[in-house]
Amino acid sequence: MSGHPSTYEPKYAPTKWLDKRLPIIRMGADFMTYPSPRNLNYWWTFGGILTLCLMTQIITGIILAMHYVPHVDLAFESVQRIKRDVPFGWLIQPMHAVGASMFFFAVYIHMFRGLYYGSYKAPREMVWLFGCVIYLIMMATGFLGYTLPWGQMSFWGATVITGFFGAVPVVGESLQQWLLGGFAVDNPTLNRFFALHYLLPFVIAALVGLHVWAMHHAGQNNPIGIEPKSKKDTLAFHPFYTVKDAFAVGVFLLVFAFFVFYQPDALGHADNYIEADPMKTPEHIVPEWYFLPFYAILRAVPDKLMGILLMVAAIAVLFILPWLDTSKVRSMRFRPVTRRWFILFVIACFILGWCGAGNPDDIAIPFGEDKGITFLLLARVATAFYFAFFLLILPIMGMIEKPKERPESITKAVLGGAE
Amino acid sequence: MSDHTDNSHEHIDEDKRDFIYIATGAAAAVGAGALAWPLVMQMGKAADTLAAGSIEIDLSKISEGQQLKMLWRGKPVFVRHRTPAEISEAESVDIAQLKDPQTDDERLMPTPDGKLDPKYLVMVGVCTHFGCVPVGEQGKVDAQGEYGGWYCPCHGSHYDTSGRIRKGPAPTNLEIPAYTYISDTVIKVG
Ligand code: HEM
Ligand code: FES
Repeated sequence: MSGHPSTYEPKYAPTKWLDKRLPIIRMGADFMTYPSPRNLNYWWTFGGILTLCLMTQIITGIILAMHYVPHVDLAFESVQRIKRDVPFGWLIQPMHAVGASMFFFAVYIHMFRGLYYGSYKAPREMVWLFGCVIYLIMMATGFLGYTLPWGQMSFWGATVITGFFGAVPVVGESLQQWLLGGFAVDNPTLNRFFALHYLLPFVIAALVGLHVWAMHHAGQNNPIGIEPKSKKDTLAFHPFYTVKDAFAVGVFLLVFAFFVFYQPDALGHADNYIEADPMKTPEHIVPEWYFLPFYAILRAVPDKLMGILLMVAAIAVLFILPWLDTSKVRSMRFRPVTRRWFILFVIACFILGWCGAGNPDDIAIPFGEDKGITFLLLARVATAFYFAFFLLILPIMGMIEKPKERPESITKAVLGGAE
Repeated sequence: MSDHTDNSHEHIDEDKRDFIYIATGAAAAVGAGALAWPLVMQMGKAADTLAAGSIEIDLSKISEGQQLKMLWRGKPVFVRHRTPAEISEAESVDIAQLKDPQTDDERLMPTPDGKLDPKYLVMVGVCTHFGCVPVGEQGKVDAQGEYGGWYCPCHGSHYDTSGRIRKGPAPTNLEIPAYTYISDTVIKVG
């Protein structure tokens, strides 16, 4: 799987026997000795954290599925029963619900890391593309899962999101009803959402395998974005990075535990404690926090179809990013001007999230009495900047910016002149 | 086995091979298509979902100014007994200025004697934007929107007293379901 010479020597008769037939222990051993750049910082620990998140969701999810009932009359009740009556359900249900948020938190950091250090550039385009597909399927999984507890937000979120398909010209309505299995979100919808919510995490697990394979084949990027040139530039994955990852996982789990034990509902919405009612829409429909920036982009244009296309484009643009950025320099550390644009980009993403949570017509930034910038206007500016960053700033800066001088090698950068 | 098997007498007919490839490929494609069809179609509406498709509503129970809300095919249906003021407002609009031009009469179904009864407006209570249920309680002005009909709080669509879109992101008027008068006061929706 990894392209470095194998140092594994089977010692015992059974392992020698197995090694000739299925070198699976060798595969694991090679993984552990994989030469990683010696200068990886803590932003590189999120890959390990994400693996942990996926495992947490799968294990807690399978347990929830043993007690959950995917029927419109029983689903809400069954989730309440898990929380109240099932032994340790009070622990496992919030682990899954909070776990989804922690998973997205980690994936966003992981993606911003890739953006900042240019990890999407040659020869790592396949690593980035698999990452984008994983992110897309994660969003689908999160959305499908949020429907399952069958609260008001579950129901109306599902109605709004499946409504996107209804906006497709000509075939929209048939497509939407085909997805729903009825005229509106109802029992057939809940059943299929449950089946797909169960399936997709395993698809993600397979894609993670390909993502890591592509990464080991191309070699890991690093904070200065210069390829390792000699053996001195690298360290074995174990024990150096297993320990670093373990420490980061520990800190991450502290945050995770804080939410599970003290604030299990802080990341959710109170309306989801009201059972789904197709006759009554909540005052204010909002998606989970991790979808808010896209929700703001959706609402930034008054036209239904245009809004959807713009939101799809916001994700699609990530897929073509490796071919938009014209600079050969990977790390923003050596791109002083683009670095500032990057910081503005991160701020724009947060602003979009804020606008997604707000009511478009409300005032976001007041100037004096009931005058000021509305969320709608702010969302439009941030949306424009979001797209400009990918479609204008990155292509143009690569051509006009003069990068800073880069060190000769990773060892030089870490240890200076010392050997 | 020798590497020097004499193949010289063997003649390969390229046309025949191409034919076999194409025929095999075509048979496999048809087979895959035939299998995909049921796998795709099972997602559609099931027979029982389609069968549960109609309800009857007694209009005489709704007093003037009131609105009845009933669940039909998983969606709310609004039946509004409109006041004379609401009717005249709906009829007086210049339809040229509408986003989805329709006269009030075009939004009504004929009674058994072939006439239109503008008192009763029957609509699917689902916002044509992203499917929220608009509000429109009698007497609460802010709940009826700027045009006195319905208001969708989700993204701010305003509908008039005929359920036509007047302001906001919704692209079309509130849908009129297929319904018929089965007597002077009872309608059947679906
Ligand atoms: C990519 C991994 C996953 C993500 C992001 C995810 C996300 C979610 C979310 C957001 C909810 C709603 C929780 C709530 O608000 O109460 C949920 C519920 C649920 N999920 Fe998952 N999930 C994942 C994997 C799985 C797996 C692998 C299974 C089963 C094998 C599963 C089974 C369930 C069940 C039964 C529920 C309903 C119970 C509840 O609401 O807590 N999930 N999921
Ligand atoms: S769903 Fe009614 S305005 Fe968007």
